[in-house]
Amino acid sequence: MKDLLNRYGIGLTTVFVTLTAFWLLILVVLPNIYLFENSFRPYLPVVDIGGPLDVYSLDNYATFFQSPIHIRVFFGTILFSSVVTVICFVIAYPIAYYLAKVANLSVVPTIFLLLFIPMWVSEVLRSFAWFIILSFNGPLNLTLIGLGVIEDKIRWMTGFRSVIIGLVYTYVLFMLFPLYNAVQSLDTNQIEASEDLGAPWWRTHWRVILPHCKPGIASGAVMVFMLSAGSILVPTLLASTNSRWFTEIIQQWMFESQDWNTGSAYAFLLLILCTVFVSLVMWLFRVKLSDIAK
Amino acid sequence: MKQTRNSDWLFHLYMAVFLAYMLIPLVIMGGAAFNDSRFPSVLPWKGFTTRWFVELFEDGRMWIAFRNTLLVAVAVVAISVPIGTAGAILINSMSGKWRSAVYALMVAPILTPGAVIGISTLLFWNSTGRAFATLTGQEFSDVSFVFGAGLHLSVIGQASFISAFVMLLVLARLQSFDRGLEEAALDLGASHGQVMRRILLPHLYPAIGAGAAIGFFQSIENFNVTLFTKGPYDTLTVYVFSKVRSGITPTINALALILIGFTLVCAIIYEISRRRAAARARALARR
Repeated sequence: MKDLLNRYGIGLTTVFVTLTAFWLLILVVLPNIYLFENSFRPYLPVVDIGGPLDVYSLDNYATFFQSPIHIRVFFGTILFSSVVTVICFVIAYPIAYYLAKVANLSVVPTIFLLLFIPMWVSEVLRSFAWFIILSFNGPLNLTLIGLGVIEDKIRWMTGFRSVIIGLVYTYVLFMLFPLYNAVQSLDTNQIEASEDLGAPWWRTHWRVILPHCKPGIASGAVMVFMLSAGSILVPTLLASTNSRWFTEIIQQWMFESQDWNTGSAYAFLLLILCTVFVSLVMWLFRVKLSDIAK
Repeated sequence: MKQTRNSDWLFHLYMAVFLAYMLIPLVIMGGAAFNDSRFPSVLPWKGFTTRWFVELFEDGRMWIAFRNTLLVAVAVVAISVPIGTAGAILINSMSGKWRSAVYALMVAPILTPGAVIGISTLLFWNSTGRAFATLTGQEFSDVSFVFGAGLHLSVIGQASFISAFVMLLVLARLQSFDRGLEEAALDLGASHGQVMRRILLPHLYPAIGAGAAIGFFQSIENFNVTLFTKGPYDTLTVYVFSKVRSGITPTINALALILIGFTLVCAIIYEISRRRAAARARALARR
């Protein structure tokens, strides 16, 4: 702090502190405190707000814990977001390794350029693309029949299958980029040393490359899991009635029931879930928050 | 030194398949914009048409949504860039326990689901608005243009996490900053404002520029925060979403194709300028 004053003087330091305080207090901390506070209050008509009925209770959370459907959806969201995270890692790891250590250096920028296109096309359009592809009379079914792979059309959009397909497509790049950065920072000599000492390729990956990539894996896993669990677009566009996502229930409380208090209780549960996941990953991979946020 | 190996062809093949997997859905979506069929699809092909583009340009709601999207994005950048830069400078001068606590608070919005940011922003401003209305003896509807749901709340909600992206970029850039330069300038009698304007900011401009660009794109494609805070207004993503749910026509594909084209142009411009910069750097190194 004193250092700032020495360099930039009292005026500029005040500006820095004010801007940061505005951000952290008004945009981050206070809204979350309000979310927390509102989740304990009953949903009342406007005239009763602040009246004798407006008391704190755990009713909104009880609504969740007494509803087997909501609990199932909550754990379904966790399970399938984890599945998506694992699939993304399996798909992205060889690509990250290829781009960092195998590919010709002159083609790498071009490949990245091609990958940036789906990255910058908005999420709504990416899930819409799969909405077209997976539809009953869509290109996927017609192509597979044309190739003779399947006899009859498959109804893709049932269960969580289509949601997983859509989420993996939408978020795999969020796994790829941190992984690439991690593999790239590994000294190639270490890989060669391991091979010279006679390690088979899988042991080189398991004992040398993967341990070095831990921050990248952690960062990718956190991003993919958080985005998947919090996704609204993909589940709404690609899911059927028998596969609901937790965010859809939050939406229902907020828009259909107009019950913002129960909605905030559910949103708070989602926030807890993500916090627990981030802490778990940090603990499992022994990484710091600054390794994840890059 | 890169060695070639027998297994390399497998990697090349896998890379090609992955690129196809990433790009073919976009091609299919774009191609469907020209198919003369009510339901957007490339197969069966019912003939070439440009009528979906004509329909898109006649869609007044789309144009309003488009304008709203740009306004929100510009406002978000205008708020996030100063906040993120100030935050980075501040955290860079901190150390110890305080630093990790404040840092955690700063990156938290990136790790928070958009729905949570949206709902908490909506609740906070609504509650504040109600308190303000009671205090000043007005109805909530009198002050709802400030505190009620609307695009301004979307701006605030998006700024809370986009500032964090800017902060991370600027902070990374600050690591390579030679603080001796500032001390030298101060010793030579520069004012604090001059140190900031002539020494620190020029060093940070690349990161600030990248932060502004990323923030702009992030804001344009944001859906989750916007959905809960937008009130009765539309942005482009929300408009597309509501179209897809309520009877789609290939006008959406036409819009998608235009957006992909725009992305492509930006990507190519970026690549050209990057190559030029690399060539310049090589030329300098040779000199």
